[in-house]
Amino acid sequence: MPDIQALVNDFILKLKRRKIEGSQATARQTAELLRAVVSHQRLPYTNQALALLDAVRDIGEQLIAANPVELAVGNIVRRVLHIIREEDLTSVASAVDGLGLSTNSDDDDNFEHDDHPILSAAAVAAAARSTLRAPSLQTLLEGLPESALAPRPSSSGGDSEGKSKSAERKKLKHDVIEAINELIQDIETCHEQISEQAVGLIHQNEVILTLGRSKTVKEFLFAANEKKRSFRVFIAEGAPRYQGHVLAKELVAKGLQTTVITDSAVFAMISRVNMVIVGAHAIMANGGVIAPVGINMVALAAQRHAVPFVVVAGAHKLCPLYPHNPEVLLNDLQCPSDLLDFGEFSDCMDFSTSGGSPLLHVVNPAFDFIPSKLVSLFVTDTGGHSPSYMYRLIADYYSSDDFVVERRIKS
Amino acid sequence: MDSRRLPRTVIDPKVRQVGFFTSGDPPPARFQFIPTDPGSSAATATGISSVVSEISLPSNSLSPVMIPPFLHSSVGRLPSHARIAVPGYMSPRRREGLQMPIGSYNSSENFLGMSPMLSPSSSQLNGSDLSEVAPSALLARSGSGKVASSFPGSTGEMMMVMAVKTAGNASAGISLRNVSVVKTLPVVTEKDEETRTLSKNEGAKTGGKKKQTTTRAERRALQEAQRAAKEAGMENGKGNKPKASAGGGAPSISNKEKGVKPPQKVENLDTGTTSEKRIVRNTEKDRKKDIPQPQMQFDDKNRVEKAKKRAVVNKLEAKNRVELFRHLPQYEHGSQLPYLQENFFHLDHIHPSVYKVGLQSLSWTIFGGNARCQEMLLAFREAIVDYSTPPEKAFARDLTSKIGSYVSFLIECRPLSVSMGNAIRFLKNRIAKLQHDISESEAKAQLISDIDRFIDEKIVIAGKAIVQHAVTKIKDGDVLLIYGYSSVVEMILLHAYEQGKQFRVVVVDSRPMLEGKILLRTLVTKGIRCTYTHINAISYIMHEVRCVFLGASSVLSNGTVYSRIGTASIAMVAHAFRVPVLICCEAYKFHERVQLDSICSNELGDPDVIAKVSGKEDFNHLADWADHKNLQLLNLLYDATPSDYVSMIVTEHGMVPPTSVPVIIREYGKDQFLF
Repeated sequence: MPDIQALVNDFILKLKRRKIEGSQATARQTAELLRAVVSHQRLPYTNQALALLDAVRDIGEQLIAANPVELAVGNIVRRVLHIIREEDLTSVASAVDGLGLSTNSDDDDNFEHDDHPILSAAAVAAAARSTLRAPSLQTLLEGLPESALAPRPSSSGGDSEGKSKSAERKKLKHDVIEAINELIQDIETCHEQISEQAVGLIHQNEVILTLGRSKTVKEFLFAANEKKRSFRVFIAEGAPRYQGHVLAKELVAKGLQTTVITDSAVFAMISRVNMVIVGAHAIMANGGVIAPVGINMVALAAQRHAVPFVVVAGAHKLCPLYPHNPEVLLNDLQCPSDLLDFGEFSDCMDFSTSGGSPLLHVVNPAFDFIPSKLVSLFVTDTGGHSPSYMYRLIADYYSSDDFVVERRIKS
Repeated sequence: MDSRRLPRTVIDPKVRQVGFFTSGDPPPARFQFIPTDPGSSAATATGISSVVSEISLPSNSLSPVMIPPFLHSSVGRLPSHARIAVPGYMSPRRREGLQMPIGSYNSSENFLGMSPMLSPSSSQLNGSDLSEVAPSALLARSGSGKVASSFPGSTGEMMMVMAVKTAGNASAGISLRNVSVVKTLPVVTEKDEETRTLSKNEGAKTGGKKKQTTTRAERRALQEAQRAAKEAGMENGKGNKPKASAGGGAPSISNKEKGVKPPQKVENLDTGTTSEKRIVRNTEKDRKKDIPQPQMQFDDKNRVEKAKKRAVVNKLEAKNRVELFRHLPQYEHGSQLPYLQENFFHLDHIHPSVYKVGLQSLSWTIFGGNARCQEMLLAFREAIVDYSTPPEKAFARDLTSKIGSYVSFLIECRPLSVSMGNAIRFLKNRIAKLQHDISESEAKAQLISDIDRFIDEKIVIAGKAIVQHAVTKIKDGDVLLIYGYSSVVEMILLHAYEQGKQFRVVVVDSRPMLEGKILLRTLVTKGIRCTYTHINAISYIMHEVRCVFLGASSVLSNGTVYSRIGTASIAMVAHAFRVPVLICCEAYKFHERVQLDSICSNELGDPDVIAKVSGKEDFNHLADWADHKNLQLLNLLYDATPSDYVSMIVTEHGMVPPTSVPVIIREYGKDQFLF
């Protein structure tokens, strides 16, 4: 499958060169690429799911390495891995259901040898419980016997080849592709689902502040505007990219009352603002947010004046990782020419005596980290959530054994 | 000599009887001006008495008790003399003091013969004392002991008029006293009468119309009598005029004015009233002054219309005004400058140097609290140098209004900073506190030296003192964060570098001014290691910062720091990262105003500069922003940093917490404006 490798390489190059702007585009393209990978993947007769997982993980690792800061790539890779697991589970479960419960311990041993050393039965049970069924009272009550049973069918995927191998093989692949399509659909329509909630959050004559430009925020405001809510928007321009200007233009075209302010005026204006709505680059598992640079300042100011700080983000921005020193490790330092023109200070610098280290550094980070305590509300396509609930949402979307993609490959 | 003194000796005993009866020494009491001069220390008294007789120094100092008004006025005056310790200021006064008696001697030989005797000691006796002497002398001379005794109690006002007249003409020499005698005496009686009738009226309120009409007629008669008296006085004054002009520079003007403009004198009363009253009034006045005048609210249509009529610069209202800031002036920027440049020769009532400062602040070639204040003061200084009192005008009054018009011109160019406001307040105060008996050239010299001193003490030396304080907070290996450009902070960094301290500077900048580049250039040229970033990256860079140094436009009395836009954000992030924030600000920028937010009082800059992004010429999404009525660009220039973000304020008085700002304003603010 050379064409797939070419696609992957192309995408990796784009990621490395930061050619893809915005986490939504990245997420969608990643999902499309992985769909191609899945569809071109030849599956063996046994352990199909495993083969698929390996293939996706292999590609995923390369993609993540290409741009480790773009967390959406890793998110989508994990989502696809999770989909494969899930589909495998359901197909097998249905097969097993059709066969009737014929499980024995041999199968268990048979399966668990290969590449799930960490995966305990309990963990899988938990995953199955959380993903396959809504946590209803029944499942809670019946949880124990179910969970005891659930992993066994999944593990017995390999040896259910008796009846209709080819059909089942096709079915798994087909199901996975279907699910990935659904995922892509979700990514594309997340704005609509998020903006549906706008009317419930924005009241008449509200004053809203945002910084920079986020497509999600734009759609969110548009949706409220279409529902005949009249409100006023302050837009901090968001240096050094000044995307706030673009957003202002778009909002004004829709007839919204818009005021553009400088980033430094955020603190001055926040006292007259009812709500801060910003987009995010990624949401971490602890509820912290990685967002365009400058938003931490806005969040602090909002906290000072007790202004609700709302983050709107699609589910694909939900990252199962916990941040460590995110300001540095999950940041992107960009070109200094945004701040100082090339050679602007070369005339006054003395290059002879600097002793190796240059006199002047220019720091131009791309992202800010906002700790979860500063966030009032997350609005995702599944509804509004408080920061402390994020870890739970993550369990819905990701399998716990996919959290670390790379290590599994190496080991 | 004897012939001259005779009339006095006749009159004096009346005074003597009251004042000297403890000591019972008639001879020295002849010089009735001695009692009026109690505060001017015993030295004067000795000087004078030594001329005639060396008796009863203590008695002299006791004497003031009896004529409270004069005593007080002189007392009230003295501290101001004492306070003014401008080098090179006393000497012209002394010269005048010497000159004056001579002039007066010439003019009024008959009854003020003691002046030549005064002149030797006049190095201590200054003009005002002399002038205050006069009324008492005259009164006493009038011979009506009754009047003299009733003086302090009943017709204090009248007496004040006299005092003012004499004080106002202090430099006019004694010839004027001659006038005032003639003039004021009838006034006394009339006024007495008037008050009597008035009191009668009040006593019998039910008296009906008849009485009222009579009183009216009476009043008319009185007025006429007064006018006649004045005219007589004027003639008298004119007669003496040539001689009087020998006394000093100003007399002729003040003389004329005296005849022409009685209401002015009445207004001037304040300056000549009793000291107790005066002190009380002064403090009250000060307190009232202390309450900052309400700022012009631009959503008040009436006032805006009025202001427009007065305006020199015609301004177009900005198209897309920000609703929240209706109360602030929002004008089309860029239209004033060409207009002013065109009309340079038409606006001749504004001094060219003031004009220059106005244009400079309009075009933002000078900015920053210190620079603007200094430039403004220097312009005023030049204007004062070139100033000459137009005929029929009083120096202090006219100059104040002149400076008022300059100030309103400057305000039209750009709203004043707090530092400028304080400096103007200082200058106006100095003009108001000018002695009335000094010549115009002296007054000008005095004002000029005051301005020089203000610049020197309040800006230059204060800056150095702040540097000395703040440098102690910089240690080797520190990383200091600086926001924007502040002259004081720049001095601190350069001084610390000169001391050989090893530190690194993070220069944070923000649109649209990008002032940080100015500072960055200076620092990099000096060889200080720098990191440059923009304000959005503040959370990223704050991890490595150990201390934040910020300048301020003003520190308000509730500890709020009013400074360039973005300062509050920097202080807030620093506070969140537990990094100390030091505000460096000269005490003359402190203001007793309070402010809670950055909305109520602020300045709006040119919104167009927001639409343009420097270095990205093709980035012009908002180029046609004015065409969209829903779109506003807001270019705030200042914000208010809450005091809890500020760790310390460095002033020339030391390093204080923000809670001590009102204390500094209270303790140092007084002498800041009075000196």
